[in-house]
Amino acid sequence: MIFTLAFRNLFHDRIRLAVTLVGILFSIVLVAVQLGLYLGASRMITANIDHADADLWVMPFGAKSFEDGGLLMGSRERHQALATPGVEQVTPIVVRFSEWRKPAGGSTRVVVVGSDAEEGAVKPLSLKNGTWEDIKAPDAIAVDETYLKDLGVDKIGDTAQIGPGRVKIGALTSGVRSFTQSPYVYTPLSRARALVGAEGSDLATFHLVKVFADQDVEQVRANLLSRLEGAEVLTKQEFRDRSLRQWLFRTGAGVALIGGALLGILVGTVIVAQTLYSSTKDHINEFATLRALGSSSGYIHKVILTQAGLSAVIGYVLGMVLALLIVVASQSTPLPIVMTPQLAAGLFTVTVLMCAISAVSAIVKVTKIDPATVFSR
Amino acid sequence: MTRKKQAATAARKQSPEPVLSATSIVKELGRGAGTVMALKGVDLQLIPGELTLLMGPSGSGKTTLLSILGCIMTPTSGELTVAGTKTAGLSPDELAILRRDHIGFIFQSYNLFPTLSALENVRIALDVRGQKGYEAARRCEEVLREVGLGHRLRNYPGNLSGGEQQRVAVARAIVSSPSIVLADEPTAALDGENGNAVMELLARIAHEQDRSVLAVTHDPRTLPYADRVVRIEDGLIVGEERRPEGLDAPEITDLTKRRKAHA
Ligand SMILES: Nc1ncnc2c1ncn2[C@@H]1O[C@H](COP(=O)(O)OP(=O)(O)OP(=O)(O)O)[C@@H](O)[C@H]1O
Ligand SMILES: [Mg+2]
Repeated sequence: MIFTLAFRNLFHDRIRLAVTLVGILFSIVLVAVQLGLYLGASRMITANIDHADADLWVMPFGAKSFEDGGLLMGSRERHQALATPGVEQVTPIVVRFSEWRKPAGGSTRVVVVGSDAEEGAVKPLSLKNGTWEDIKAPDAIAVDETYLKDLGVDKIGDTAQIGPGRVKIGALTSGVRSFTQSPYVYTPLSRARALVGAEGSDLATFHLVKVFADQDVEQVRANLLSRLEGAEVLTKQEFRDRSLRQWLFRTGAGVALIGGALLGILVGTVIVAQTLYSSTKDHINEFATLRALGSSSGYIHKVILTQAGLSAVIGYVLGMVLALLIVVASQSTPLPIVMTPQLAAGLFTVTVLMCAISAVSAIVKVTKIDPATVFSR
Repeated sequence: MTRKKQAATAARKQSPEPVLSATSIVKELGRGAGTVMALKGVDLQLIPGELTLLMGPSGSGKTTLLSILGCIMTPTSGELTVAGTKTAGLSPDELAILRRDHIGFIFQSYNLFPTLSALENVRIALDVRGQKGYEAARRCEEVLREVGLGHRLRNYPGNLSGGEQQRVAVARAIVSSPSIVLADEPTAALDGENGNAVMELLARIAHEQDRSVLAVTHDPRTLPYADRVVRIEDGLIVGEERRPEGLDAPEITDLTKRRKAHA
């Protein structure tokens, strides 16, 4: 009967139900989009770090993110690192902003990422057309298909110019976006050095360190730090966090996204609280009658909470449908929204919590019911 | 007089153990300068098997007294015992349990749930008592049939006449077999025929099911159904008449007329 009563109360006033659902829907969509953008941005920012097969990253002191390394390390550091106890492998990579000159004129900034994949370093995330072998061909590079237009090219085999060198599209990646909006250009290490003006040198931006499986990563880090002056050694997780902090929080982008999500939750809560309160007020005589009939206050609270829960479930389903449509539509934009099962579950929890909190004012209202009002209608 | 009724009368004579007993009930309403002494020391006992009418002018404290007897209001002073339990010092939830276990209510404006069917309106009274499921539903149907609404189970209050709605309310009040049924102006919103039907029902509940029924009323047409009439004026009980043993319904009406002629 609790469910029946809650259900009927809810559907009794269709307009109020519509307002409630719009409130929940609005807030779910807003929160989903904001957090989905946040997730999408985070993935972009950390994609290269996540894909590199490294336990530790050796970088010039103070490097703020993957794109912020500079060309400050050479083979001396590499050999010092290799000689450090516990280190199995050290792979140099080059990451450098550079100028891309379109075949038809005009230019744009790109991030050249150079690594020798066979040593297990940064690999272009998902090659769509072509293989790593194609990238090793003369002048070959890989770029993401989404940026072809920005780069003024349109297919494999097209050529352009980076700095002093000619490049040719050898392979395409799919869904490798760049948070800075400067496309990543993947190429083998030596060609990358040439493209960023360090031809023939041993310079690198990072050294990716693999630790022997039986070694303690923290111990190896300490060993590395004692040998490498002016360098920092971060774990994969630390470097991810640092990059995220740099792009999402120093720039304020993440704060805006999370702030937007919180605002969505707040507005949703206020709308649901308001409609639930007014519904409870409308049905207050019925609740007073229940009380006179001897129901416990818990029984009445359950009716209100069930009403809130029902709104939450219906609102969530509608909200998710809309949110998923938006997610799908965003996939071809520079900043795609990401929806994961965890985010969906989190949104459900948020919706239920939001509705439960909304029920508080209504519950406070019924707690103050004077059952004596049943005689004076 | 029916046999059942005779048996009930006999039982009453042997053990007039009251199921509800109020002593020196005082109730002040409002605050500060606006304080009204709605009840000024009321003594009243209800025994099983009797339909008692509480009559008095408007503002005399009838509803207030009913609320206190029904454990919905607490008295400012005085003592109330319901089914052997003293109510002094009980919390609102404890009072709710007392109501739930022993008291059924009937209201002037029915107080049915507009969004629930007749059957559901009765079922909710069992539901708040934790009685759910098939057995409970069957019991509710049975009681609705008893009040003559077997053919209206699925109707919503909006589609029932006033008399039918009040009978649903009566079913709701008695479905849990309370020993006490309290009704505030149960016929005030009904025409003569429907009012009589409801009063007949209340009398039957008292006599055949051996419950104490107390009904507040203004309505002289209800007098024929009473076993006992209690009169209240200005917060005090000013008179009480009981139908003399062996007299049938109309006699008490005459008694009242005589009393009026006297005054
Ligand atoms: N909340 C309140 N605050 C102050 N005074 C009140 C309040 N409720 C009722 N009263 C007063 O208490 C007295 C008794 O009221 P009560 O409702 O019990 O009368 P009643 O006999 O039921 O009247 P009626 O026949 O009109 O229903 C009246 O004088 C009324 O004005
Ligand atoms: Mg009254």
